[in-house]
Parts: sequence; structure tokens; C-alpha cells
Amino acid sequence: MRLPGRAAAGNVAGMEFGPYLMLATLEGAVTAAVLALTAVGLSLVFGIMRVVNVAHGEFFMLGAVLAWWVASWFGGHAAIGFVAAAVLAPLLVGALAALADVTVLKRVDYDPERTIVVTIGLLYVIQQVVLMTYGPEARPVEPPFNARLALPWVEWGESGPALYWPWGLSTTSYKLFVIGAAAVVLAAVWLLMRHTRIGLVLRATQMDGEMAQVFGIPVERVYAFTFGLGAALAALGAVLIVPIQQAHYLMGGDPLLLSFIVVIIGGLGSLPGTVVAALLIGLSDGIISVFFSPTLAKILATLLVALVLVFRPQGLFGTRAA
Amino acid sequence: MLELKGISTGYGAAQVLREVSLEVRAGEIHCLLGRNGAGKTTTMKAIAGLLPLWAGAIALDGAEIGPLPAHKVGRTGVGYIPQGRRLWGELTVAQNLEVGLMTRGAGRDVRERVLDLFPRLRERMGQRAQTLSGGEQQMLATARALCVEPKVLLLDEPTEGLQPSMIAAIRDVIVRMRGAGVAILLVELRIDAVLAVADRVTFLENGRARETWAAAELRGRHEVIDRYLGV
Ligand SMILES: Nc1ncnc2c1ncn2[C@@H]1O[C@H](COP(=O)(O)OP(=O)(O)O)[C@@H](O)[C@H]1O
Ligand SMILES: [Mg+2]
Repeated sequence: MRLPGRAAAGNVAGMEFGPYLMLATLEGAVTAAVLALTAVGLSLVFGIMRVVNVAHGEFFMLGAVLAWWVASWFGGHAAIGFVAAAVLAPLLVGALAALADVTVLKRVDYDPERTIVVTIGLLYVIQQVVLMTYGPEARPVEPPFNARLALPWVEWGESGPALYWPWGLSTTSYKLFVIGAAAVVLAAVWLLMRHTRIGLVLRATQMDGEMAQVFGIPVERVYAFTFGLGAALAALGAVLIVPIQQAHYLMGGDPLLLSFIVVIIGGLGSLPGTVVAALLIGLSDGIISVFFSPTLAKILATLLVALVLVFRPQGLFGTRAA
Repeated sequence: MLELKGISTGYGAAQVLREVSLEVRAGEIHCLLGRNGAGKTTTMKAIAGLLPLWAGAIALDGAEIGPLPAHKVGRTGVGYIPQGRRLWGELTVAQNLEVGLMTRGAGRDVRERVLDLFPRLRERMGQRAQTLSGGEQQMLATARALCVEPKVLLLDEPTEGLQPSMIAAIRDVIVRMRGAGVAILLVELRIDAVLAVADRVTFLENGRARETWAAAELRGRHEVIDRYLGV
């Protein structure tokens, strides 16, 4: 997920190290926020259903495309379209995913190998249908608000610390909103899993689905719900990013790859691990890209994945071998 | 109460049970005996709805439960204490019980009655199930099944690997459930323990139910026991 803002940051020559780092961190935090939402969706689906959803990036893309459709259909003030998109796009994508679960995944009995093949097929179908209907153009969604916020930095002067506003150190209110919204949604997912009856049912199914059935849990419905929830989280991540990065039918590739990286590093099925790994990958990607190069960021992330796979295959936070 | 009428089933294409018939009456401890691999666990899985029936029928209180999906079998009042306990290890004791209670919508009163049977669990409500001792895990697996308010209780090797004091505690609860009119199907390898509590015994061999005996008549009949259990 490359953000246009990063290129702008690179142009701010002559900025001091501290403010520059803060700028890079903010850009990275936006990437991390969206990545965390997307990866948590992938992680939930794998953790509970043991399904490796290769089509996860396409649910992300579909969220962005539907966000564009909904926003342009509503018209009026940008905020109305955006709010409608933020509600409708994840719901629609979630419903579509739940439908795919009962019509396709259930048919192959959630067999690990066949679900990979089936979700590859799903990836292709979604991509082609979007290409045929939405077309090959990249289209933006207008952010609901986008005030440029100058950010202060602290400097030690002769009379102690003093605030000043370095030229070029700024972000937008929308980017801060993306970070905040992702944090709120992730907290809600955590509360859902830890402190509600639905979460109890999901976790019991994850740990031993057969026993869950014995105790009255309709595991097939749990699976449909989980697959829908995972896809809806990806779609929500896409709705958040689409005012910064445009909607395009090929935009699902990066989020899929990065989500896999995050889920491997964080530990398959571990929510806190997934979030921490998303922060690690997102922030380091932002910072390393700004100070060195995006290529180096990718190389380091790949190296990290390799190290984790060799020395801690269950992931940094995973409890059992994956 | 629970009636198996000529059920056949297996895993994938491999048949395990061949036309097994048996009946477990209300207030009876019916023991299933047989060598390793005879099909005892498979019989319990079939009753619980975890394996599709290839042939035959299963009736609970006269109602057909054979074709029901597993999650609906539990709701008809079948409590299952599986081999190896199979608790949800990362859930707490309280959460394991809560899922049990949800099966048939039982309330706090049921939970309290069950916990009265296992006071040790009451002290460990917030502890993760996987951190309990083997005996405590068996108590929790039993308590979880009792939260269903079962009409039928399926117990698969409940004393496997337990200390004698734990075995006695589990047996007391089983006997008490029989007194409350629950139909109990028990798999137990220790023959002395079986003969001490069972009312009837059915021998299973190569997936077939061979003979059913009244436990009282079986005492001292070593030749019968050796035929099905001897090596
Ligand atoms: N999950 C399974 N998949 C395939 N075969 C199985 C499975 N579980 C048990 N079996 C086979 O079914 C037969 C009966 O097993 P089981 O019912 O567990 O025996 P018991 O409980 O009497 O020791 C054995 O031959 C065993 O190998
Ligand atoms: Mg067995």
C-alpha cells in the first residue's frame, strides 16, 4: 500500500531529523492502521476456519470499488457519501463473502488444499467481474474532511523547551482519522472476541469445532459469519484508504501479500500478534521508505519473514506451530 | 431412552461400525466393552451426530435423532464426555461451562447445581482449562456435559490416567446421575470398575455388538470377558 503522501515527504529536503522521523512515522501509521484491519480479517478466517483465503485482497479491492460506487451514488457533501460507503461497503462485501462460504467453501468441506484452489478461483472471478463492470480506471473517493494540520516540534532553546512549527511538518485531519478509526474498530473486534457471547462461540469453534457442535454451536453458521467478518474488515480498511489511494481493480495484490507477511510474523490466529506485526511492518515500511528506499523496506520485511519462518514458525505471538 | 437400531458408519470410505444395535435405559449405566479399535469411540461419535449414519437409526425418547446435524443432537439432551476430555483449553473453567449451559439455554441454577458436585472447580473458575490437573480437567469435562441437563450421558474412558481419588469422585457423580434417571453409556477399560457400577454390559468386537449381559450375571464369568478383551 504505497501512499502518495510519502513522495511528498521525500521532497521535504532540509528538514531536521526529528521532524522528518515524525512525518515518516505518521505516514507509516496510516499504512499500519489499514494493514492491521486487513490482516486481522485474514487472521480471523485462518484461525477459526483454518482456511487460507487467497481472495482476501479482492475483498479489500471490492470494498474500495463499492466505496466509490456508494459515494458517487449518494452525492451531496463528501461526508454523506463517505459515511454511507463506510457502512454499506463492508456490509455488502461481508454478505458476499458469507454467500461464497455457504455456496463454495462448504461444498469442498473446508478441505485445506481445495479451499486454496477455490479461493484462487474466487480471486480471479471477483477481479474480472470488477474489471468488466467498474473498468480499468483508478477512481478517488473524496475524503469527508481533509484539513492540513501543521504539526509542532519541540526545540531546546536557551529558555528551556519551546514549540515551533517546522516548515513541511504536517499531516491531514483525514489521515489522523484513519489511524483513530482503525484503532477503534480493532478494539471493537478485540472486545467482541474476548467479552461477548459471539466471541466465546467463535473461540470455542476455533479451539475444537467438533466439541463446539456437540454443545449446540452451529459451526456452519459460525463459519459463514467469520468469513463475512474477515472480508468486511478488509473492505473497511479499503474504505478508509480509498480517499488517499484510489480504487482500482488490481489494488488487492499488495494488501494480500502484506497481510500474509503480517499474519506469519504475528502468529496465525493471534489477534494481538497480528496488530503488533502490522504496526511493525507498517511503521518500518513508512520510516525506511522515507529515509532509505521502499525497496529496502520490502527487503527487510522479507528478511524478517524468513527469519520468523526459520526460528519461530509459530510467529512471534503464536502459541503452537502453525 | 436411547436406542441404536442397526447403525453402520465409518470414516471416509472405511467402515467401522456394522449394524450395531443397543439400548440404554433411563437410570441405567450401560457399559461398552471391547478391545482397542473395536469401535467404542466411534459408537459415541455416531450418537453425538459427529459421523453420518450409513444405515440404521438412533432414537432418543422415541424421537429420531440420527439424521440431525451434530449441533442439534446436543440440544435434544445428549451430553458427551469425549475420550481425552477435549476441553477448550484456552477458555477458562467458567467459559467452558458457559458454552455447556448455552446448549439448551440452561440458567444459573443449573450451573450452581453442577458446581455443587465439583467444588474444586468453583475455586478455579477464572483459570484456563489447559492449566488444570488431569483430574480437574475430567471434572470440568463432566461438568460441561452436565450443564446440558442431559437425558443421555456418553462417557468415553473417563478414568483414563487419573489418580484413584479422582476416579472415585467421578464414579460418585456417575452413580448420582443414574439415580436422577439419566441414561448412561460408559466406555471403561478397567473391568473391576465396570462390574462395580454397571447395570448392563455390551461387548463390541470389530465394529459389531456381540452380546449384552446383565452386569450381575457377568461377575466371575472370566471366559466371557476374556473372549472379548483377552489378548
Ligand atoms: N478419525 C478417524 N479416521 C479414520 N479411522 C479412524 C478414526 N478414528 C478411529 N478410526 C478407526 O476406527 C476404528 C475404531 O476406532 P475407535 O472407535 O476409536 O476404537 P475404540 O474407541 O474402541 O478403541 C479403528 O480401527 C480406528 O483405527
Ligand atoms: Mg476409544
